[in-house]
Amino acid sequence: MFTIDWHALAPELILAVTVVVTLLVDTLTNRKYLVAIVGVLGMFAAMVPILTLAFCGSLDLCTDTGVRVLFEGGYVVDSYSLVLKAVFIFAGFIALMLSIGYLESDRYYEGEYYFLLVASVLGGVVMASSREFIGLIVALELVSGAAFLLAGWRKADPRSNEAALKFFVIGVLATALTLFGVSIIYGMTGSLYFDDIALAAATASDVPLFDLGVLFVVLGLGFKVSAVPFHFWTPDTYEGSPPPVTAWLSVGSKGAGFVGLLSVCYLALPTITDVWGPLLWIVAVLSMTVGNVVAIKQTNIIRLLGYSSIAQAGFMLAPFGAAAASDSPDLSGPFAATITYFVIYAVMNLGAFAVVIIVGQRIGSFEMEDWGGLYRYATGLALALAVFFMSLAGVPPLAGWFAKFAMFSATIGVGNWWGYSIAIIAAINAVIAFVYYARVMRTAFFDPVPASVDGAMLAEKDLPGPIGFAIGLTAFGVIILGIFPGIAANIADYSREVFVALGL
Amino acid sequence: MDWFESGWGLSLIVFLPAIGAMAVLAIPKAQEAALKWVALAFAVASLALSVVLAVNFDYSAADVYQFGTDTTWIEAINANYHIGVDGISLPLLVLSTIITTLAIVYSWNHWPEPHNPKLLLVFVLILGTGMAGTFVALDLVLFFVFFEVVLLPMYFMIGIWGDRGIREVPVFGWKLEMRLYASLKFFVFTLFGSAFMLLSFLALYFKSEEALGFRTFDMIELADIGATGLVFTGTFAFLVFAGLFLGFAVKVPMWPLHTWLPDAHTAAPTVGSVILAAILLKLGTYGFIRIALPILPQEAVSWAPWIGLLAVIGIIYGSLACLAQTDMKRLIAYSSVGHMGFVMLGIATLTDIGINAAIIGMVAHGLITGLLFFIAGSMSHRYHTRDMRRLGGNLKLMPKMGVLLGLAAMASLGLPALAGFWGEFMALMASFDPLESIGATPTFRTFMVVGAIGTVLTAGYMLYMLRNVNFGEPSEEWIGHEFHDVDATEWLAWTPLVIGTIVIGILPGVIFDATNEAVISLVEKAFNGG
Repeated sequence: MFTIDWHALAPELILAVTVVVTLLVDTLTNRKYLVAIVGVLGMFAAMVPILTLAFCGSLDLCTDTGVRVLFEGGYVVDSYSLVLKAVFIFAGFIALMLSIGYLESDRYYEGEYYFLLVASVLGGVVMASSREFIGLIVALELVSGAAFLLAGWRKADPRSNEAALKFFVIGVLATALTLFGVSIIYGMTGSLYFDDIALAAATASDVPLFDLGVLFVVLGLGFKVSAVPFHFWTPDTYEGSPPPVTAWLSVGSKGAGFVGLLSVCYLALPTITDVWGPLLWIVAVLSMTVGNVVAIKQTNIIRLLGYSSIAQAGFMLAPFGAAAASDSPDLSGPFAATITYFVIYAVMNLGAFAVVIIVGQRIGSFEMEDWGGLYRYATGLALALAVFFMSLAGVPPLAGWFAKFAMFSATIGVGNWWGYSIAIIAAINAVIAFVYYARVMRTAFFDPVPASVDGAMLAEKDLPGPIGFAIGLTAFGVIILGIFPGIAANIADYSREVFVALGL
Repeated sequence: MDWFESGWGLSLIVFLPAIGAMAVLAIPKAQEAALKWVALAFAVASLALSVVLAVNFDYSAADVYQFGTDTTWIEAINANYHIGVDGISLPLLVLSTIITTLAIVYSWNHWPEPHNPKLLLVFVLILGTGMAGTFVALDLVLFFVFFEVVLLPMYFMIGIWGDRGIREVPVFGWKLEMRLYASLKFFVFTLFGSAFMLLSFLALYFKSEEALGFRTFDMIELADIGATGLVFTGTFAFLVFAGLFLGFAVKVPMWPLHTWLPDAHTAAPTVGSVILAAILLKLGTYGFIRIALPILPQEAVSWAPWIGLLAVIGIIYGSLACLAQTDMKRLIAYSSVGHMGFVMLGIATLTDIGINAAIIGMVAHGLITGLLFFIAGSMSHRYHTRDMRRLGGNLKLMPKMGVLLGLAAMASLGLPALAGFWGEFMALMASFDPLESIGATPTFRTFMVVGAIGTVLTAGYMLYMLRNVNFGEPSEEWIGHEFHDVDATEWLAWTPLVIGTIVIGILPGVIFDATNEAVISLVEKAFNGG
């Protein structure tokens, strides 16, 4: 029997309790906003142990500092997992904030919605700590399973049904692929634990079948991060789902995929970068190029954000590609770069969705042609839109520039042509990306107000509290992280401590 | 004054406009007077501090960075908030605060359509911070951030208040409003260059470890490594210089990367054109002097003939293009291509005379072209056209405006005793005797001859503009119109530029006192005394 480290498991337990309580509260009351409040409180409560775990040593809160290994190495609470847990909870919190106003206005079931959202967040939080394949896949399915249902929430809308179905079918295919790959890896190494696999991988890799297993696992996770060529579900699912759910998918669900890739590639298979490196190099190049080029042609802003998220996934994958044939065994540079990018991406993308949701709701359309001249009647929202979209484009002094900077820095830093080439391709893509982000700016600032929109009616109404709070918080984050990017760099540096622990 | 000298003064100069922008954002849109006064107050405060700084600057040690500070900014990558002013950056810093202030003064009663003073002032102020910051940054990451900060406000300025004429996009055949086309083109060109510039910065950062044992973005430390000529060599140096070249050459702009410039200048509202011409172009040439030459001197030597070649092509091409223009503003825009060609020719000689010429050329071009764009803006505001075939007899209709235009045009064509002369003259002089180790003295002498022909062409198109706009009889369509001549805010905004043009023309020493020592030390360190 193992003893249980309750402190280390506290975030998961609190969220699990929250999941149950949301369901209970839903049955007990008609005032559904109470369910949302329970969800919010649960997330706040879950943040507390994450902070105490992170600052354990420096605050003299507890004696046993450092990495906490649970369940015979299958579940590890370390700096890397804590950072990602915090991001998942933050993303879930923002998605919840966005949902409150949205669900009220559309008269859909509310209670179960919050239950599923919190469950999905719980999946992400568990995922970050999973260091063996079964736990990883169960957590990944908890994230996705809840998200499948959320995607189809607007059941009267055929597009929402389409979104859920596409997401589900492709998600199941991805899981099947991953499981198949895992079974091969298990067969070849005799273990599901990442530590054991890391030791056995180099020899096992001599057999082509093992590489095939790695290929399947990486490709399966590629579906989750919606990387090209596994992206086909993304635009349709993003467009059809309720927008707050899309916001969660683009950060939470995608993030779960990235956690999977980070853990599998860097923690389980660090010795065979020559297998997954070139593969992810190709996937990264395709993702950023296809995502960016196709995004230029989009007229619907949610679809545009969908393709943008595909391209951003490509940027986040670029350090993986650069790690291929790395001359030095120290992979912490590319590892930390992806985390830096993801942390910043989470903040700015959620912010972008927050503004898009509230504007789209007011105008009653997500087609860009209806968004013309937004700044004339809603200057504040238009400026917020500019902040988030220009941050996504990577323009200083908004946070996105440092995400790109960290990515460039890591890819060039590995010091080989895998890295240089992908840095150059990413640089060209950063310019292409600007074209469509700028098109949104052009619509909102330069174009005339279309006749179909009554600007006077829409002029500066009070923002609903939760959405206003979400926009304010993310905008603050984007500006502060942009001017003092050291914060994001420190977070990523903190997360790379996992490599010191591994002795790599 | 300890606080002033330990970096706070310089930081205030840089960030006061940005703080002003936030203050303006906080004021309701309807209170126009308050908006204007607040914006002006912050700009003037920044200008006043920069004047104080110029007065207290130790000219006997102009090659040393003064008023600076160096504190940690992004610890993880060893990027620091390292700022400072030397003789090379001082004139440009002062120029940028002057132009920011004058832009706000001029805007006082010249709001472009659609009327939105609040947003315009916010953008002008953010530009002020970006421009001043670029000239004082001594850390590559800090430099990059400031270099990019100017893009967004200028993009919005062109896009919102720009020219609404229709223009056909070459190659694609789309018909677009000028402002939409120009704003996007401006941004995409610059971003393309700066993306590669950033890659070069990162390459230098990683390579610096070989020399120092740690990685650095610090320009001074990197220049020290560059001066040894040991680490930044071979293909590495070639590629890094290529990246830097792309980033800076687009901004200058050098032929053939200049095509965004005529569109952006023509489409931008008056204030935008002025800031763009007077300061933003200088960010590129400044980058060459501050970063490319000292850090990669060997590459600078081998690239010099090619840069010189592109520079003279720019001079001739810009002048010929001017002669083909009918749009007054577009003519002035193309004249920038030519003038920046002289600046780049001066830099390409890699001599102290050439680089001094480049700096005084930059300052002069800032003053003169700024003035020209102001006047062109005011004239098109009155005539409602910039078509030189329709204008004429301006001296009779608006005598004061006409005289100012004449003065600015004369200064621009390089008339001695006005500011424009020194940059052109000394750049040609330096090309006679470029740095020996380039080993291309005859080539540069050819450049000198071609450049001299360029000055003739410059005179040609400026006189062509004066003939069409200023001289002759007013055409029939203007007879009976009442034109109000130069008004009070225009006098306020333009007088400093006129005075500057004349003073620098007669006493170029005001600039050289600051720059000479710094330039000599730069050349000596990088090219061993050339």
